[in-house]
Amino acid sequence: MAKVIKLRKGLDINLKGKAAAEIAAVKCPGEYALCPDDFHGVKPKVVVKEGDAVKAGDALFVDKLHPEVKFVSPVSGTVSLVERGDRRKLLSIRVKSDAKQETRIFDTKDVKAALLESGLFAFFRQRPYDVVANPDDKPKAIYVSAFNSMPLSQEFEVALKGNEAEFQAGISALAKLAPVRLGVSSRQTSQTLLEAKDCTVTVFKGKAPAGNVGVQINHTDPINKGEVVWTLGAEEVIFVGRLMTTGKVDLTRVIALAGSEVQAPKYYKVLVGQQLTTLLEGNASLDGSRIINGNVMTGIKTTKDAYLAAHATEINVIPEGDHADEMLGWIMPRFGTFSTHRSYFSWLCGKKEYTIDARVKGGERHMIMSGEYDKVFPMDIYAGYLVKAIIAGDIDRQEALGIYEVAPEDFAIAEFVDSSKLELQRIVRQGLDILRKENA
Amino acid sequence: MNPIKKLFDNIRPHIEEGGKFHAFRSLVDGFETFAFVPNTTSRAGSVNIHDAIDSKRIMSFVVIALMPALIFGMYNVGYQNALAAGVLPHCHRWDLFLYGALAVLPKIIVSYVVGLGIEFVVAQWKNEEIQEGFLVSGILIPMIIPVNTPLWILAIAVAFSVIFAKEIFGGTGMNIFNPALITRAFLFFSYPSVMTGDDNVWVAQQSILGLGYNVPDTYTAATPLGQAVTGHISTLDINAVVGLIPGSIGETSVIAIALGAILLLWTGIASWKTMFSVFAGGALMGWLLEGVKVGDVTNPILWYQHLIYGGFAFGAVFMATDPVTSARTECGKYVYGFLIGIVAVMVRVLNPGYPEGMMLAILLMNLFAPLVDYCVVQSNINKRAKRAAK
Repeated sequence: MAKVIKLRKGLDINLKGKAAAEIAAVKCPGEYALCPDDFHGVKPKVVVKEGDAVKAGDALFVDKLHPEVKFVSPVSGTVSLVERGDRRKLLSIRVKSDAKQETRIFDTKDVKAALLESGLFAFFRQRPYDVVANPDDKPKAIYVSAFNSMPLSQEFEVALKGNEAEFQAGISALAKLAPVRLGVSSRQTSQTLLEAKDCTVTVFKGKAPAGNVGVQINHTDPINKGEVVWTLGAEEVIFVGRLMTTGKVDLTRVIALAGSEVQAPKYYKVLVGQQLTTLLEGNASLDGSRIINGNVMTGIKTTKDAYLAAHATEINVIPEGDHADEMLGWIMPRFGTFSTHRSYFSWLCGKKEYTIDARVKGGERHMIMSGEYDKVFPMDIYAGYLVKAIIAGDIDRQEALGIYEVAPEDFAIAEFVDSSKLELQRIVRQGLDILRKENA
Repeated sequence: MNPIKKLFDNIRPHIEEGGKFHAFRSLVDGFETFAFVPNTTSRAGSVNIHDAIDSKRIMSFVVIALMPALIFGMYNVGYQNALAAGVLPHCHRWDLFLYGALAVLPKIIVSYVVGLGIEFVVAQWKNEEIQEGFLVSGILIPMIIPVNTPLWILAIAVAFSVIFAKEIFGGTGMNIFNPALITRAFLFFSYPSVMTGDDNVWVAQQSILGLGYNVPDTYTAATPLGQAVTGHISTLDINAVVGLIPGSIGETSVIAIALGAILLLWTGIASWKTMFSVFAGGALMGWLLEGVKVGDVTNPILWYQHLIYGGFAFGAVFMATDPVTSARTECGKYVYGFLIGIVAVMVRVLNPGYPEGMMLAILLMNLFAPLVDYCVVQSNINKRAKRAAK
């Protein structure tokens, strides 16, 4: 029987527009793109030219510092554009699909070599710093969280259906690199997850962000200075499994299209890097809406012509709200508004589903209230003090307070409840980047 | 479109950088964000949705929580005045309240005008938004001073505390000491005669606009704690709970303060841990010091009387729980509150020079709150270091 860990702290935000558990097809948009920004911490070096023919699994760019880490095309076709921005920063490499979907076949005898060559290693992230993993490291463990507890997120069991064998094959392959730890939610019933072989299964019972791998690491085997842990998304384990069983790279995901502005929220089978136009048009009202590439708590605001981010397991669409004129917000009852605070009335409304727009709903202040973050930060870390240490740029103190154990996403719920409206994820991201530079 | 919104939209070009009225940017900004919830949306790379709570709402609720104590305080000002004039049985309740309101309102106005004025200037100068912290301080200040405090002295004290206790540290959220208490401490040490005097400061002595009564300057009415120094208290406990005793404007009624406390605890703005431990510390120290002889006087205050007399309840509910200046860790809040209770009663009983110790106790613990937190946070740091060393 798997160990059960109960988490008292956290917050489940009940948003309108949860995806129904059915999978629909979506018309192929013809264009795909890989954006280096989705792989944080990488210095990209382009290895293709515009007009080159590529197969699915051929590298489009590599990491300058670790050229063995490749970032591969999800489809076969021709490279249509190498998009660059200010100071020639690489923004994306676009591939026009030829609909034949020719794929490279990889030799899977050596797991690590196969992962590196096939581009799947690029999906591995490491703690500390929450960046693409370094293949030279010897990780203490590989953590996989089989659930996402954030609002409007993908239910992994929907994506898992029909891919059970691949998932297990993926876990078994990972186990050859380092001990694997799988975090499962107490609400999940799939035997594939609960009785997964070649890994240690831990069941987590609690509110968001219990599904964050960082929280799970903190409660099972916290990271100390000098140690490295690799993490991999649950669906990416299926990618690994497919590679191991077929020798091919197949980056097909089942993503949730969810949110209050989506007409019929459900799941769609898509490829990583797929253009979102065909997915969104007709399925969501896009006027005055915010399209989020990824989760509403952690994803990036994007446009309907953008491409599915590498790690995104859902596309959320919520109202932007920039034309809302709410008068005297500091005293009005504001009945339909969600707040964790008892000065509003959401505590009376029980399990009501809320539509929350993208407004910040207040000005940024210094940290005034105490203990706000701690209530929704289920780790043995003083979140407020850590954030202050990051703002102050005090690296010794950041280390002492446990910055190696956190990633920006762990602060998402705290950022939501913060009455001082500080941009915690951005602060933590910058802190981690500076720390990585200093320690390099 | 909303006409008020339109008005703000029309004004905006003039107050922006280079506009004719740029000097009023912070002022207009302040009013606009009060009139409308700002509709700036979150930037890419931060969380896309936010809780509706903001510091304006929090501060407003603290002000609401203070209302029962303030309204009762106004009534009590009228009541004490009529009592001193010896005409209490003939007075109508509304007249008492109206007189009290007239006596207290100028203090509220002076406190807000001076304090907010400085806040607006500083916000303009630093090119920041107005911070709401002074909304609470501005109403707290008139409530913790005697009714006879001259307005000009009040204005100086408010200016001193806003500038030197808050703004030089960086504004709301960065201050070490509670600005309202610094105002009181400034009055207490710089103008002792208006703060305690010869016990003739607690009762309003002049009639205002035909309301109220003129009371001779020599009339004295001591607070229960003032009486205790002589070894004997004549105040009835029931009057102290209801609040019909001389004292600072807002501090007398335990019932009105309790109403505020309920709102603060229910909304979670004040920490019950701090509040509870202040009372626990005060009760314990009060019990230990019952009947202690200081000089030739035996301490006549019973343990529970400490909690209802003077500013103890008011301080515990509204001052000690100030999130900025109190301990910020959950364990630290117990220690912080408990020590406030202990020190407050210690000052009251053992130092006959200062009959009231609450202000000094809270200020002292404001100073030590970071130390309390340091110990709590350090234990977490040590745990992590130990884990790494293994």
